[in-house]
Amino acid sequence: MRKIWWKILCIVIIFYVILMGLMGEVPHLAIINESIRNTYYHVALWLAMTTLLFASMVFSVRYLIKGRINDDDIASELAKSAIFFGILGCLTGSIWANYTWGDPWPNDPKLNGAAVGILIYLAYLLLRSSFEDEQRKARISSVYNIFAFAVFIPIIYILPRLTDSLHPGSGGNSTFGSYDFDNSIRRVFYPAVIGYILLGLWLAELRIRMKRINRVREEITDSARPVTH
Amino acid sequence: MNEIKTLIWKEVTLEWRQKYALSGMLLYVVSTVFVAYLSFSLRRNQLTPIVWNTLFWIIILFTAVNAVAKSFSQERYGRLIYYYSLCSPQAIIISKIIYNSLIMLTLSGIGFGIYSLVMGNPVGDIGLYLLSILLAAIGFASVLTLVAGIASKADNSATLMAVLSFPLILPMLLMTIKLAKNALDGLDWSVSTDEITTLLSIDLIVITLSYLLFPYLWRS
Repeated sequence: MRKIWWKILCIVIIFYVILMGLMGEVPHLAIINESIRNTYYHVALWLAMTTLLFASMVFSVRYLIKGRINDDDIASELAKSAIFFGILGCLTGSIWANYTWGDPWPNDPKLNGAAVGILIYLAYLLLRSSFEDEQRKARISSVYNIFAFAVFIPIIYILPRLTDSLHPGSGGNSTFGSYDFDNSIRRVFYPAVIGYILLGLWLAELRIRMKRINRVREEITDSARPVTH
Repeated sequence: MNEIKTLIWKEVTLEWRQKYALSGMLLYVVSTVFVAYLSFSLRRNQLTPIVWNTLFWIIILFTAVNAVAKSFSQERYGRLIYYYSLCSPQAIIISKIIYNSLIMLTLSGIGFGIYSLVMGNPVGDIGLYLLSILLAAIGFASVLTLVAGIASKADNSATLMAVLSFPLILPMLLMTIKLAKNALDGLDWSVSTDEITTLLSIDLIVITLSYLLFPYLWRS
């Protein structure tokens, strides 16, 4: 029963979000109408992804400072669950765009930035898989991970604001908080973000544990193998 | 400072001794431009400024990837260990970035000359266009130097170089294309201050990060 409370919390929050997302009260707005409910899924997923990527970068920095292989495991698995959320975020955004902007993939700087961001992190996974030696893999991919995060943030959050975008907060459109974020949305939105972050951590935690167990097993079989000359 | 100067000088002499590398890159730019010219030659008058601009930057992008990719793989393993024992990693990365920027400036300058010779030159504000070439050369060189350092550690470094660097370089490329488009239309410089500051800040972030991260890369 080790630290099970946050997993229960995660499940409860996610069910609350799904339920409230489908049945809760939402403000009535022009054009987006009921599709405002997608805020709970799409926007919250992106925020959770950014948080997970930030955490991944922090662990990469920690690996470079302290040199413990566990930190690199955590960084890579956090990045993997973040990529999973990124793909989900693209899909939910696509559905939303299809109904409000009339096109599942409109030519929007933020969308293209998101696609490039996912490409950057897929390249990170490719880089990881091209090394055999663990310490070397960990060091080089940590360097890339930090570099990637520093490029990822401008792509997603800064460059789209300089150009015209369909998304709120860019090209003279006002940001979310200013006009349509009333309390009934906030009550679901913030828990949603926390719930997705917890879910991402859970996914990462399971894979990290698997990795550690595999490592220990390999060590055992290696040491058990008779030495041949 | 002295260390950096010596290292840059070493890169220059090394390049001068094995002339095939530099002349190979020059020939690469010239032949790419020529291929583009021949492919478009039938409808040259239909080449809109946007196409002209984009084509030029794509040629520069591929040239940059090819030119910088060799900056770590060119030297033998033993010699790298020799440098490792001799100088600080910061000096090495800074000297490589400066040297690669110079190479990129030369290549894109010559590329621009030949490109405007064969494809026509619709640029309205040459000064701003040259500024965008300068900023792009420094930016491309600094991103690609670190990526080349990463990729050279792996086995399939050629593929890895392209896969790692294209998405990382994309925001810089888009900004540059926009700035170059402003120069092409001959817009007032005040219109492009946004792009110039963004490009400068991206360059700054990338160089600082390279400076901080390279020592860890160098150790392995």
